Amino acid sequence: MRVKVLSRNPDDYIRETKQDLQRVPRNYDPALHPFEVPREYMRALNATKLERVFAKPFLASLDGHRDGVNCMAKHPQSLSTVLSGACDGEVKIWNLTKRECIRTLQAHEGFVRGICTRFCGTSFFTVGDDKTVKHWKIDGPGYGREEEPLHTILGKTVYTGIDHHWKEAVFATCGHQVDIWDEQRTSPICSLTWGVDSISSVKFNPIETYLLGSCASDRNIVLYDMRQSTPLKKVILDMRTNTLCWNPMEAFIFTSANEDHNLYTFDMRFLESPVMVHIDHVSAVLDVDYSPTGKEFVSASFDKSIRIFPVDKGRSREVYHTKRMQHVITVKWTSDNKYILCGSDEMNIRLWKANASEKLGVLVPRERAAMNYNQKLKEKFQHHPQIKRIARHRHLPKAIYSQAKELRIMREARRRKELNRRKHSKPGSSPFVSEKKKHIVAVVK
Amino acid sequence: MEAVAGSGAQGGPAGGGKKKKTMKKLQRYWEGAPQPDPPAAASPKAKRRRNEKTRPRAGAKGSPEARKGLRVSGAAGRISGKRDPFPGAAPLPRHKVKKFQRGRKSQLAGASSRRLRDHLALLEQKVELAAQQAARMELLLPEEPGFLEGDPGEDTCTIAQADIAQAADIASATKHFELTLNQFGPYRMDYTRPGRHLLLGGRRGHVAALDWQTKSLLCEINVMETVTDVTWLHTETMFAVSQRRWLYVYDNQGVELNCLKRFNGVLRMEFLPYHFLLATASETGFLQYLDISVGTEVATICTRGGRLGVMGQNPANAIVHLGHSNGTVTLWSPNVKEPLVRMLCHQGGVRAVAVDSSGTYMATSGLDRKLRVYDLRAYQPLQSLVLPVGAGHLSFSQRGMLAAACGDVVQVYRDVPVQPPHKPYLSHTLPRAAHGLRFCPLEDVLGVGHGSGFTSLLVPGAGQANFDALENNPFRSRKQRQEWEVKALMEKIPSELITLDAGQLGRVDAITMEQKHQERVERLGFDPQATPAFQPRRKLKGRSSAGSLLRRKKKVANEEQRTKIRKSLEQQQAAEREPKAAPRAQRSALDRFRK
Repeated sequence: MRVKVLSRNPDDYIRETKQDLQRVPRNYDPALHPFEVPREYMRALNATKLERVFAKPFLASLDGHRDGVNCMAKHPQSLSTVLSGACDGEVKIWNLTKRECIRTLQAHEGFVRGICTRFCGTSFFTVGDDKTVKHWKIDGPGYGREEEPLHTILGKTVYTGIDHHWKEAVFATCGHQVDIWDEQRTSPICSLTWGVDSISSVKFNPIETYLLGSCASDRNIVLYDMRQSTPLKKVILDMRTNTLCWNPMEAFIFTSANEDHNLYTFDMRFLESPVMVHIDHVSAVLDVDYSPTGKEFVSASFDKSIRIFPVDKGRSREVYHTKRMQHVITVKWTSDNKYILCGSDEMNIRLWKANASEKLGVLVPRERAAMNYNQKLKEKFQHHPQIKRIARHRHLPKAIYSQAKELRIMREARRRKELNRRKHSKPGSSPFVSEKKKHIVAVVK
Repeated sequence: MEAVAGSGAQGGPAGGGKKKKTMKKLQRYWEGAPQPDPPAAASPKAKRRRNEKTRPRAGAKGSPEARKGLRVSGAAGRISGKRDPFPGAAPLPRHKVKKFQRGRKSQLAGASSRRLRDHLALLEQKVELAAQQAARMELLLPEEPGFLEGDPGEDTCTIAQADIAQAADIASATKHFELTLNQFGPYRMDYTRPGRHLLLGGRRGHVAALDWQTKSLLCEINVMETVTDVTWLHTETMFAVSQRRWLYVYDNQGVELNCLKRFNGVLRMEFLPYHFLLATASETGFLQYLDISVGTEVATICTRGGRLGVMGQNPANAIVHLGHSNGTVTLWSPNVKEPLVRMLCHQGGVRAVAVDSSGTYMATSGLDRKLRVYDLRAYQPLQSLVLPVGAGHLSFSQRGMLAAACGDVVQVYRDVPVQPPHKPYLSHTLPRAAHGLRFCPLEDVLGVGHGSGFTSLLVPGAGQANFDALENNPFRSRKQRQEWEVKALMEKIPSELITLDAGQLGRVDAITMEQKHQERVERLGFDPQATPAFQPRRKLKGRSSAGSLLRRKKKVANEEQRTKIRKSLEQQQAAEREPKAAPRAQRSALDRFRK
């Protein structure tokens, strides 16, 4: 007779001293883990609920400006530094870790219309209502010295925006036309125009650094190549585009913030129809900025909220608002992909987490593993109705909520009307036009 | 030595002949042409191994193993001058991986978007990798399951418990013991899920909870009332006792925590651990579910099945099986007031029901003295055998052994679903008739409560050898238990999710999807997923005449029609090819109930 009876040595399973960690032998045999799917589902549900419980995105409010914040710029090399220009011509430089202003200067008379940093991070440019472009050092003047710009360029017309080239000592301003300047000169290298109009913003492409995009108040978005003396092409939309932002990872893609409450992501090769229409705001969208990963962007709106959109989704994944935040004029996504800054009418700059429920600070490895596991579970069960409902739910201020409802009713009515019209007309005479194509008036080359 | 020098004539350093011999490269079977090395290649053992093992998945060019292998074989000039004799990942038999594979691979037609297809392909890859890693991890498991083999010509069922205990190690020998409790019997009993604690309930009111491995008593009380059944709740701190009138909950000190007067006349109880539900079957024919985490009664079902003295649970999907006196077994979930399944299993009443841990097989025994095994996937009988007295109690072990208590004889069978056993694996005679029977989880032990106490029997090979400490840890400390309790409560499965198929939640709900799609089409006035009608492209040089356009349109339309017809034909042929269910050779009395 040969016999072996299961007999476990407790020494193999119990820790030796109290200081040791408890031993946790694992066996991944599915037979030992019944109800795999329902249990994972419950874990996913709990994780989703906890995510909403811990969603506290607001971090800090930077106050100090004496008028509405009109523009902001990120520092290219320091994560903790951010620059902001206000409607009274004041520029402030902030330290985000200390959450305080480290420098204030009176840059312009009237609005600071645009601000941008040089790629080296030692100086920055501002344009204002006083028809000047000023070049400043980031560091303050020495003791007893007076605050003075490095250069001042006096223009003929008001400049409404400025952006610096990502690699060379060249910058572009916009106003009545798009001017491209050499830093060393006082007159532009070239001026680009397409029709007579005021241009509200100009942006350099961060990858194909010779490309520029601008948006004008006659409802069009114009693309330029710096190496040519004429613009490349333009697309005319239903309503005015306020600003645009290039995707930092995909050279061809840019997103424009439109007055008709929508954002449009375009592929610059195929302007006939946007890649995606992002619908969720209930008022004009004033500013947009991409995350450094190029997967998401944040938009600021006149409806007193900011929203985060995935690039490939038509609806926002997140909305941030506070009781005190007024019309948000400008928004920036920080270069470490973790925070969002927004400047609004009521003179404050607010610092938000890009991921509302993220835990800041150092994570213990076990904590990180648990977070990753929960993230995966949420992804796995995201389409289940209960989980979807909890994950999607956001509290909205009454104004936005009722406005969104009204817009929805209007959209539905319009669709119904179109449907009825189609039903009672000759087949094929009123073709269906997709939402993407509906807002494009023309493309001109 | 000379021969070596002759072969290595390309000019090795002097005296390097011997070194060269030891440096000879090992040739593996996957490295191209086999070496003419007769003794190694010809051995039958090597051949068997070759068949057993599969090649590492290095067939795919981009797979990491392949790249690794290339790199290793290419790096002939290492610092030590040695080569890796086993390049690449270790081979992994497919049957080992199969155990960890769940569900079917997703099959998406060409119509679905490329992005979705790529995404799913990536997921599949990850899932496959996870299964492989889990299979590799099996090698590291510390314990081996037990076994019992008789001498040539000796049946294992003739081996007495005393002999097994003597032959086994000391620690195991202590697991065979007998408690003589003559006064208050017969005894019902239950083990906790980690298998550490034992609960005994004598019909005349004696209730005892003990740590049976150290033989230390937790509490011992007499409830001064008839006890019909006892069961542990989720941990060893609480247990439920069904008494003559009501259901009581005690803690491990024997203090009465709760008296549930809504549960009266309970005969049998089953605790569903992942749902925190206590299912009770009463003498008035009511099946009741109590959520013990919040104390609410989840469902009360009038089964209309008479006195419910036979109960079992399916551990894989938490369905309760009830046996009735008319020979039927009914399957219940708390969400449906009717039985999910009603099976006629015996002529005469059902005496015992047990379901194995995978939830695939059910064993029943009836007054017709038969023991039957059913396949719960198809609800078909698999085996049937006649026992001398008929089994009054049945229990499945974790590794699929079936214990049957026939009067005062306990028999254990192996591999019952596979073949009808002509001899039991083990057999033991008790002093009095058995009244309760359970395998101890994670141990090779079978506990039997009987008229004069309790007997713990050694059944080698019954228990799962390697436990998962996050699931059931017999060695857990108090802190670990408390932590486990919190986690288990957090992932308590709601009773609404109890269905026949526990994995249903992980599947695509095609019906709802279809319905939603139709609603959307209605709302929009067109089908956004429909393929647009073919529009012939405009061609130059007069080839775009109206006639030519029409012809091109027709051509495409005809082609579409043809593929449709071809598909339907293929389906028809496939349906015809499938063999129809052959009529059964013998007509049985039950055939009249077939639809």
